[in-house]
Amino acid sequence: MTLVSGWGRFPVVDSDVLRPRSFAAVGEAVSSGTVARGNGRAYGDAAIGAVRTVGMTGFDRVRSFDPVTGRIRLEAGILLSDLIDTFGPRGFLPFVVPGTRFVSIGGAIAADVHGKNHHCEGGFGRYVDSLLLRTGQGEVIEASREQNSEAFFATVGGMGLTGIILEATMRLRPVETGWIRERVISASDLDAAMRALEASDEATYSVAWIDCVARGRDLGRSLIYLGEHAGKGELPDGADAFPVGKDPRLSVPVDLPSMALNRTSVRAFNELYYRMGARRSGGSHVVSLYPYFFPLDGIGGWNRIYGKRGFLQHQCVIPEQGAGAVLGEILDRVARRGDASFLAVLKKLGQGDGILSFPLPGYTLALDFPVKGDILNFLDEIDRLVVAAGGRLYLAKDARQSRTTFAAGYPALQRFNAIRKSLDPAGNIRSKLSQRLFDEV
Amino acid sequence: MTSRKSAIVLGGSSDIGRAAARAFAKAGYDVALAGRDVAALEPDAADLRARYAVEVGLHKFDVLDTASFDGFVAGLPALPDVVISIVGLLGVQQDAESDLTHATAIMRSNYEGPALILGLFAEKFLARGSGTLVGVSSVAGDRGRASNYVYGSAKAGFSAFLSGLRARASRGGVHVVTVKPGFVRTRMTEGMKLIGPLTVEAPVVGDAILAAVENKTDVVYVSGKWRLVMLIIKTLPEAVFKKLKF
Repeated sequence: MTLVSGWGRFPVVDSDVLRPRSFAAVGEAVSSGTVARGNGRAYGDAAIGAVRTVGMTGFDRVRSFDPVTGRIRLEAGILLSDLIDTFGPRGFLPFVVPGTRFVSIGGAIAADVHGKNHHCEGGFGRYVDSLLLRTGQGEVIEASREQNSEAFFATVGGMGLTGIILEATMRLRPVETGWIRERVISASDLDAAMRALEASDEATYSVAWIDCVARGRDLGRSLIYLGEHAGKGELPDGADAFPVGKDPRLSVPVDLPSMALNRTSVRAFNELYYRMGARRSGGSHVVSLYPYFFPLDGIGGWNRIYGKRGFLQHQCVIPEQGAGAVLGEILDRVARRGDASFLAVLKKLGQGDGILSFPLPGYTLALDFPVKGDILNFLDEIDRLVVAAGGRLYLAKDARQSRTTFAAGYPALQRFNAIRKSLDPAGNIRSKLSQRLFDEV
Repeated sequence: MTSRKSAIVLGGSSDIGRAAARAFAKAGYDVALAGRDVAALEPDAADLRARYAVEVGLHKFDVLDTASFDGFVAGLPALPDVVISIVGLLGVQQDAESDLTHATAIMRSNYEGPALILGLFAEKFLARGSGTLVGVSSVAGDRGRASNYVYGSAKAGFSAFLSGLRARASRGGVHVVTVKPGFVRTRMTEGMKLIGPLTVEAPVVGDAILAAVENKTDVVYVSGKWRLVMLIIKTLPEAVFKKLKF
C-alpha cells in the first residue's frame, strides 16, 4: 500500500498504486475498488481508489492528428501541457483549459473541467467527440453522443466512476498565435465585479480575482481579466507566434510553516496585488497564454505554501438568480474569518454537458483554506448557504462535503448511478470520493 | 526526397528510446525506431508522425543477434545522420552470480552488441566523413559495485569503447557521445529505491541526448549532480570502497 493524496494534500490515505504498461494490463488491474488517476491534480480524494489506484500518465501517445480540422485521437494519460507545447506551434490549442496545464486529458474529461470561457463556450467535454472506456464490468466500449450515449454523458464529468478512460477523440481550436489580448477591469466591490462580468458576456475569456480579506465597503473588490486570442498582427515586434512555455522559475522547496499565511501577510499581499492590477486597468495588452491561463503554474509546488497539513479548496456555483446576496454573505463570513488564501476566483458559468458536470448557469466562487482549527465546521456552514441557494460544490476540488450537501446539489445523481450500475454491476469502480459521497453504505 | 536530418534509435521501445525519438522528431529530424518487436513500435511511430509531422521508419533489430548486424545496416533505406543506442539489460545481479546464461545476456546486451553495432556505423560514417554516434552507458560503469558489477562492468567496457572510438573518429569528422543518465524513472527501474534528487524523468534524458548531439558534447552526465557523486565514488581508496555497502 502507498500513501496517496490529491493536490490539496488532504486527506492522505492508503491505496494500492499500479502503473500498467498496456491497455490489457489496465484491464487486469481493475478489481474491486479501483479508480484511474491522471496527474493527481484533483484536490481531494477523487483520483484515489477505494482499494487500488491505476496511474495512467504512462499512456501519453497521440494516435492521430488531422492538421486541417484539428481533430485528434489521444491516449488518456497525455497532459494538457504536452498537448499545448506540441500542437500550439502547429496552430491548435485545446478549446478549454483549467487553471493548471498539468492535468491529464482523462482527468479533464472525468471532471469536465471548465475554463475562463465556460460562459460562452462550455466545458472540456463539449469538444470530446468519443471515448474509449474500459468499464468496471470488463468491456472496452467506444462511447459518443450517438453510440453508448448514456455512458458518454455519464463519463464526461463522471469523476472516473464509469470506468477507466483509455483514449479520446477531440477537437482542437485553430489559433493564429499563442498570445492573448488581455484587458483588466478593476471593480471596487462585489456588485461592481458581478456587473462587470455580466457586461463582459461577449468576451471569450473572463475571470475575476477577488480580494477575500477586504471588508466593509471594499467587500468583493476585484480585478476582472478579459481575454481574446490575439492575431499575428497584434504581437509585439519580434515575438514568436507561439511563446515557449517555461518550467516554473520558482519552486516552493519545503512545506512552509503555517505561520507564513496570516491575516497581515495576506492583507499586505492583496493590497499590493489589487493596486498593481487597478493601475493597469482600462487598456489592453498582449500576454503569453501561459501566465494568462496558468498563473499558478509559474510557481512549482505551490501547494506547499499551505504547510504540511494541506489545504482545502471550496468551489461552489450559485444559480444566477439571487447569486449576489449569497456570494456577499459567503465573502463577508470569509473576510471576517480572515484566513482564506491570497486571492479568490469568481467567474460566470454556463450549462454543463455531463450528467454530473459541475457547471450550471450562475457564478462560481473558489476559495482556498489551510487545514487547521475549525475550518471543517466553518465550511459546513458555508455549504448550508450554498445548498439553500440551489448551488453545488465542484467534485474535482472537494475533500470534505457531506452526503447531504452533495445529494442536494446534484439531483441527477440517481440517473448517474443507474448508468454506473449498468456498466459495472459488481461495483468494481469506486474511489475514496465515491465511498464518501455516493456509494451505498 | 527530404533534406531533413535523420536519426535512428536502437532500443526504440524503451522509455528513454521513446523520449529520445520525441526530442529528435520535435527538433525536425526524421526518425527511425529499431527494436525486436516491430509491431509493438507501431503506436510510437504513429505518435511521432501525428505530433511532429516527420517521417518515421521501423526496423527489426536484436542486439544479441550480432550476425544480423551487417544486414541490418545494409538494409536501411539511407545511412542516418545520428545513431542512438539505448539498448541495455539491467538484469538481476544475484541471478547473474550463479546463472551464466543470465550473466552472458547482461554482458552481451550492454557491451558486445551496442559496441559492435556502433562500431559498424562508425565505419560507414567515417567513409562518408560525417555523423554522430550516441551510446547510452551508465554511471554504474564508472566503478564496479558489489550490488551490480556484472551490469556495471559491461557498461564500463562500453564506456571505454566509446571513448576510444571518439578519439579515433573525431579525426574523420565523426562525433561520439557517451551518455550516463544516472537514475531514471523508467520501466527498467520500476520498484527500485531511487534517490529523489538524483532521479530524472525519461524526457529529460531525451532532451539531454539531443542537446549533446547538437552541441557536440563528449560525455554527458544527465544530472550534473552525478558527475560529483561519481567523482567521489571513483576516488575512494579500494580499501575503503570494499567495506562500503552499496
